[in-house]
Amino acid sequence: MAKVITSDEAAALVNNGDTILVGGFMAIGTPETIIDALVRKNIQDLTLICNDTALPDRGVGKLVVNRQLKKLLASHVGTNKETGRQMAAGELDVELNPQGTLVERIRAGGVGLGGFYTPTGVGTAVAEGKESRVFNDREMILETPLRGRVAFLRAFIGDTHGNLRYRGTARNFNLVMAFAADIVIAEVDNLIDFMDPEEVVTPGVLVDYIVRSGR
Amino acid sequence: MDVREKVGRRGAKLFKDGMLVNLGIGMPDELLNYIPAGINLHLQTENGAIGFGPSPEQGYEDPDLTDAGDMPVTMLPGGCYFDSATSFALIRGGHVDATVLGVLEVDEQGNLANYMVPGKMVPGMGGAMDLAIGAKMVVAVTVHCNNAGAPKILKRCKLPLTARGQVNWILSELALIEVTKEGLVLREIAPDTTVEEVQSKTEATLIIPPEGVKTMEY
Repeated sequence: MAKVITSDEAAALVNNGDTILVGGFMAIGTPETIIDALVRKNIQDLTLICNDTALPDRGVGKLVVNRQLKKLLASHVGTNKETGRQMAAGELDVELNPQGTLVERIRAGGVGLGGFYTPTGVGTAVAEGKESRVFNDREMILETPLRGRVAFLRAFIGDTHGNLRYRGTARNFNLVMAFAADIVIAEVDNLIDFMDPEEVVTPGVLVDYIVRSGR
Repeated sequence: MDVREKVGRRGAKLFKDGMLVNLGIGMPDELLNYIPAGINLHLQTENGAIGFGPSPEQGYEDPDLTDAGDMPVTMLPGGCYFDSATSFALIRGGHVDATVLGVLEVDEQGNLANYMVPGKMVPGMGGAMDLAIGAKMVVAVTVHCNNAGAPKILKRCKLPLTARGQVNWILSELALIEVTKEGLVLREIAPDTTVEEVQSKTEATLIIPPEGVKTMEY
């Protein structure tokens, strides 16, 4: 059974200096209620793994604006000017990953793999310092797994067993992040007793806590 | 016709019926407006859908349904959703037939630079590196020269690369150019230009094929 907690209780599970994973693509699929609680608690020196930093007033963009991040791993930050400003000023350490590489690194971290070789980034700055090998006449670079201490997901429906189902394009990074953290917290728009097993996308055993969405 | 319409109309004819296609944001999107009758494409958006349709009417936007450019979209019958790992499995795995990407610089070896200008613009590559590597056909669409009038089709890209040697076609308002092992082959030019003008606005040397250069049709 997943324990149902409040967003403030969820934020209290995070420590200064933690690495957190947050689902979402331009904040679609990001647990906004929990992000607001992280902002209220003003947890500091976070390393954030997220596809992008959305907008200054949306999703993890709010963590950037509130200057709670020490390091960021993302594929795109261009939509949030504050991320670019902090990056240029040397206030925020940003590691840009190709989006397919980022999601696969998180997947590798969550499914027990030591990394993978990919053709993405060969011949670019992304390949610098990385081991390279040729498979089937194609050059590939080694990418390493990523994990975090806490993962924050958002789902359309969750049940008391932690099973999750998503909606539309809000699934994005949530699926792999459910595997890749010590503590997994899902914000759900709708909480029900139990879901049709055929409809479950993320198995409930992966989810430790459920927070009801404020929306 | 403005530049975007010229590129959009000619570019849309590069697609074949039934292709799985992923379009970059900006000028690449323009091609969607001119898909010829009888050509049905499966459109992928890398945030997790295939089969999206037109923009919704105002007031009918679904907060959980956007394209990769954060614009509200609708879904057509037969469409499907998936997560980002699946999305990039489709892209990197060679299941996407064509991608159309924007250009900062492109060169005669098919190298593409389109994701950053050091010290000025560092937005991140998003899905562009994966798309350039994974799609079976990579089309780079661009205005032929930049705002300062300097060529964007170069002998060698100077900006950081998005991908090495992956571009198959370069399309501008002036020309359709095929990237080959021998170099850039000028296949078509716009009706209102000449081979000489196109070459004068291109840093890379253009190869004139024995069968000649066609005039672009829209």
